[in-house]
Amino acid sequence: MADPHVIETVDLCKRYGTTDAVRGLTLQVPAGSIYGFLGRNGAGKTTTIKMLFGMTRPTSGAVRVFGLAADESHSSVEIRRRAAFVSEDKDLYDHMTVEEMIRFTAAFFPRWRRDLEERYLRAFDLPAGRKVKALSRGMRTKLALLVTLARGAELLVLDEPTSGLDPAMTEEVLQALVQHVAGGDTTVFFSSHQIAEVDQIADRVAIIDRGRAIVAGALDDLRERYRRVQIVFDGSAPDVTFRSPGVERIERNGRVLSVLSSGGAERVVEEARALGPVAVDVLPVTLKEIFLESVVTES
Amino acid sequence: MLFRPNPSLGVPIYLQLMEQVKHAIETGALRPGEQLPGIRPLAEELVINPNTVAKAYRELEHEGVIELRHGAGAFVSAAGRAKKGTDTLRAAQTIVAAAVERLHARGVTDEEIRRLFEAELAGLTKAAVPAGARNAKEKEGHRG
Repeated sequence: MADPHVIETVDLCKRYGTTDAVRGLTLQVPAGSIYGFLGRNGAGKTTTIKMLFGMTRPTSGAVRVFGLAADESHSSVEIRRRAAFVSEDKDLYDHMTVEEMIRFTAAFFPRWRRDLEERYLRAFDLPAGRKVKALSRGMRTKLALLVTLARGAELLVLDEPTSGLDPAMTEEVLQALVQHVAGGDTTVFFSSHQIAEVDQIADRVAIIDRGRAIVAGALDDLRERYRRVQIVFDGSAPDVTFRSPGVERIERNGRVLSVLSSGGAERVVEEARALGPVAVDVLPVTLKEIFLESVVTES
Repeated sequence: MLFRPNPSLGVPIYLQLMEQVKHAIETGALRPGEQLPGIRPLAEELVINPNTVAKAYRELEHEGVIELRHGAGAFVSAAGRAKKGTDTLRAAQTIVAAAVERLHARGVTDEEIRRLFEAELAGLTKAAVPAGARNAKEKEGHRG
């Protein structure tokens, strides 16, 4: 039976010497989703990805991919067979040509999709005869993506797939990912510190900060739940607390009280009315704001 | 392109897409019986998640705005909202357009207009009126 969660971690921890890279990370990635793994540099994203593929062992906690324990060597082999990984460095062989790199990779994978190979070769406009070392950064990314997508893997794990790409190239990469997921039963898990691209293509997101997921869920659900309620007073704003569930942050600034809620606006507005304000505004909160607020609150 | 959701708006994309489909029907850009783009091509064209498009279509079907015919795709419903509301909504649009134009003339920005509309719809303006302010509208039936 297929596991509903392609990736699942429970209270996952990784310690390097005295540094905690990952501290109690719990994640659930459902099949068929495009999952954005958002965090600042050094938040623990790459370490987490390495643990998914058994490239580094967790200090404690559980990590399962396709329901298999990723820290056991025999299941790790199975995971690597069914899941594809593109590292941030886009590991490719510099001495090969584009064509050779593709043929070389194809030889390892019996489920190689020649149709996808040809499609992306055209779509990405890759020069088949050029040496890998002579490729631009964007071309390199596209080649790495091509050899990954054509593997026919059930799960794609991409570590910062668009880092260093210009906006046009980024759009091409995102387009390829959306197209790929729309075309079959693939799950994409990608790390990024680019909020805009996560916003654009992900349907689920986890924000990781210092090794812990501080916000996680369906993106549209977060967009629906998060609200900023701005309350304006005649004189200076009172120093009050709110009892409504989900109040994340209250800021007083002169006559304005700004309340960030992850539990909708209704209850907060009700409480605000009782304070006798001159104006109450409800504003939507963007993923960028959620990210900045939650990362800042922790420090 | 008929639909153009903005991912960084802070409003769920499926809701934006739903609104845009409804708007297209209301303005007559999409007519009853006409086919909507498929989930996959639309996701690819807009570069958004296919699950998001699927969710918008499901909700629109639930509201009776479109029909999902198995294997054939999504079609604008013949009955229901589209038929009933077109004239009313066209008239309403004229009113809104005029109001927006007047607000623009006074230098009110799009963002401010959007917020004013949202606040009005959420019923916030009543609570926001200061105790001492006189507002003819508030005189009758006002309860704290």
